[in-house]
Amino acid sequence: MKDITKTFGPVVANDKVSLTINKGEILSLLGENGSGKTTLMNMLSGIYFPDGGQIFVNGQEVTISSPKDAFELGIGMIHQHFKLVDVFTAAENIVLGLEGKGRLDLKEVGRKVREICDRYGFDVDPNQLVCDMSVSQKQTLEIVKVLYRGADILILDEPTAVLTPQETDKLFAVMRNMKADGKAIVIITHKLHEVMDVSDRVAVLRKGQYIGDVATCDTDPQKLTDMMVGRAVKLNIDRPAPVDPQDRLRVEHLTVKDKEGVTVLSDATFTLRSGEILGVAGISGSGQKELLEAIAGLQNVEPGSRVVYIEPESGKEHDLCGLDPLKIRQLGVHLSFVPEDRLGMGLVGTMGMTGNMMLKTYGRGHGPLVDRRPSSKLATDIKEQLEVMTPGINYPVRRLSGGNVQKVLVGREIAADPTVLMTAYAVRGLDINTSYTIYRLLNEQKQKGVAVLYVGEDLDVLLELADRILVLCAGQISGIVDGASVTKEQVGLMMTHLNWKEAEA
Amino acid sequence: MSDIHGGKDPLVRIAKRSTISKPKAWAIRLISLLLALVVCAILIYSIVKMNPLQVYVSMWKGAFGSSRRAWITARDVMMLLCIAVGLAPAFKMKFWNIGAEGQILVGGIVTAACMIYLPQLPGPVLFLVMLAASLLAGAVWGVIPALFKARWNTNETLFTLMMNYVAIQLTSFCVAKWENPPGSNSIGVINQTTHAGWFPSLFGQAYALNVIIVMIITVAMFFYLRDSKQGYEIAVVGESQNTARYAGISVGKVFIRTMIISGAICGLAGFIAVSGASHTISTSTAGGRGFTAIIVAWLAKFNTFTMILISLLLVFLDKGAIEIATAYNLNDYASEMITGIILFFILGSEFFINYRLIFRGHHKEVE
Repeated sequence: MKDITKTFGPVVANDKVSLTINKGEILSLLGENGSGKTTLMNMLSGIYFPDGGQIFVNGQEVTISSPKDAFELGIGMIHQHFKLVDVFTAAENIVLGLEGKGRLDLKEVGRKVREICDRYGFDVDPNQLVCDMSVSQKQTLEIVKVLYRGADILILDEPTAVLTPQETDKLFAVMRNMKADGKAIVIITHKLHEVMDVSDRVAVLRKGQYIGDVATCDTDPQKLTDMMVGRAVKLNIDRPAPVDPQDRLRVEHLTVKDKEGVTVLSDATFTLRSGEILGVAGISGSGQKELLEAIAGLQNVEPGSRVVYIEPESGKEHDLCGLDPLKIRQLGVHLSFVPEDRLGMGLVGTMGMTGNMMLKTYGRGHGPLVDRRPSSKLATDIKEQLEVMTPGINYPVRRLSGGNVQKVLVGREIAADPTVLMTAYAVRGLDINTSYTIYRLLNEQKQKGVAVLYVGEDLDVLLELADRILVLCAGQISGIVDGASVTKEQVGLMMTHLNWKEAEA
Repeated sequence: MSDIHGGKDPLVRIAKRSTISKPKAWAIRLISLLLALVVCAILIYSIVKMNPLQVYVSMWKGAFGSSRRAWITARDVMMLLCIAVGLAPAFKMKFWNIGAEGQILVGGIVTAACMIYLPQLPGPVLFLVMLAASLLAGAVWGVIPALFKARWNTNETLFTLMMNYVAIQLTSFCVAKWENPPGSNSIGVINQTTHAGWFPSLFGQAYALNVIIVMIITVAMFFYLRDSKQGYEIAVVGESQNTARYAGISVGKVFIRTMIISGAICGLAGFIAVSGASHTISTSTAGGRGFTAIIVAWLAKFNTFTMILISLLLVFLDKGAIEIATAYNLNDYASEMITGIILFFILGSEFFINYRLIFRGHHKEVE
């Protein structure tokens, strides 16, 4: 790729980026959010069309104006969000969209799929329905799909975000097999230890510009971070000791069923203490969302469930079960919640920062009219303190980048002066800089005596940040462990096995 | 830097605009209106061999040619505007209220009933009774689908649509019951001699009161949606019901409350249509305006002041079309084509406001 430029309106997503991808090599593409990694790869796979620059494949200049062009050139991309048809089998998904003559011979497809699997060490059953697959199986299927179409250049966009450590190891093993077979592989990731682990070369982008590339063996996480951010950044997360922890929230036998009547969270019992960060680990979809939403009053809970809030100072107890967020607020409980779906639940996308600041406070004051002044002041404060990049406090928040959206949301929730703060995937999709800002904010809250419940997906972060880690497995708590002494492998085991003690032995 | 791609470059590419200044957006709208007139002119000239300018002049005359015509145009603009203003809070909440027709009709029925059964009441009292009755009837008609949606999450689009047919049948029943003279299958002008229950003339104009009432509602709705707590709730619910629940807003309550308001204003439109305009009721009293008003509300992006302009444009086109149809012996299709072309260009201009085109070999924006 040479001198590739892509602009979106006034935003230059890629500015004359030149990049070489070699056969038989795993290249990590590293950069903060909004640095243009995904845009660059989307141009390679035919989703976007570059505004300027040239692309060469095997020395030949090519024009890629559609995903089909990309396929014909042997370029395949595995997206963060899988593009599979749930009610089809693996084999049917693989041939979907392929042009073929005459009869569709699924047996032949199955045979070819097995051949690919054997060659690289995949584990895919061609006849399994996609809806019966786990996340990691679906991802495997996506990779097989791309290989089936004869791709020589594979692009993986944050493939490990949804995987457990064990699954990640498996994926990396497969990637190494593909490398040995002469494929060129590009992996986009935020996790530096994975970069160090799997790749041969690292290319760094910053603010749409190509910073440079280094051989992985010649660098370390600290150097890479400095390249990405453009200045030195401290890479360890503090874990100040909890000060005077007191029980703040007692969750007892919390059980939640979804609309179809399937139990998604079963008999959860734990205590959240003030001045500590309780991390929640688990494969995504293990009941984290339901746990937080049940506490926040957004889920119907089964009889027998109790969420008891213990007031600071007075020690008075309130059962929050069955109350909606407004009633919980009216009890005087300062419960802040940063939900997973930022724009779909935590914020109103079409409104500006001001409109979003008053989401929970608009009802204050007498009279039928809203008072925008306090919100507008709060918006200005948050914009300055958290360095939110926005053209103005009334600019629609959904047009902001992911990191800035999260700053707006976290800023508002912290400004509400919480005694309990719950966050779901608070740093998902955020770059290193913003992530560390969020960790710092959470630690500040913790030191102020706030009880923090932190649902995360990056185990390395959980192990560094959380005082205790609650591990969920398929809707049940498989254990609560001490964050300082537990190992990553142990947590990974607990995520996949309820009776992990036996599995360990 | 563009020619190096070789010949396979797409000819035109579409890119989303990040922002556009207000004057620029209005300039695009104006240009598209002018373009529409040019296209219409070519069409008029090539098909019917007439001077397009003449045709446009007679369209203008049809709508504003005399003081009487201008007032009738104003009356119809106010009617359409009133319904659109009524629909605005519902659609802003993403509640697909396509039941304005029915809400207008029930408002009209109760108004007609008051005129027929209570003509002996003093004028101002009768006026207030009719006002209250039409508001209530429209509110009831509007709130029924909202109750079902809040309680059982029924589909409001189908529900409000079907409520229209119930209202039409109800109107047919009332027409049969109040038939005058018997056998005519219509009601005729109610209180032709006494004018009981008719809007009084203000400043010597029969429709001045229509304008006053609708303008008050238009201004009130603007501030209700922009500045009130309830307006804020409507905006949040319309954006995301999950966000609303997260904020502690009771979504069902907002549905019900807003549909009471929306239905009541549409019922009021029925009151204005019967008491302030036709002085009779029939199944065509709403006349499809409950649907046209949806276009008005969406085109104006729920800004009630913009709705005034759009209602004016639509009514003007309608009046002008009727005029040229009669003046030049064209059939209705010719004038409908003109209306269609103009609407097409105006709707199309929104595309150019949101996107820009980039041509191969150029880096020029095309608006």
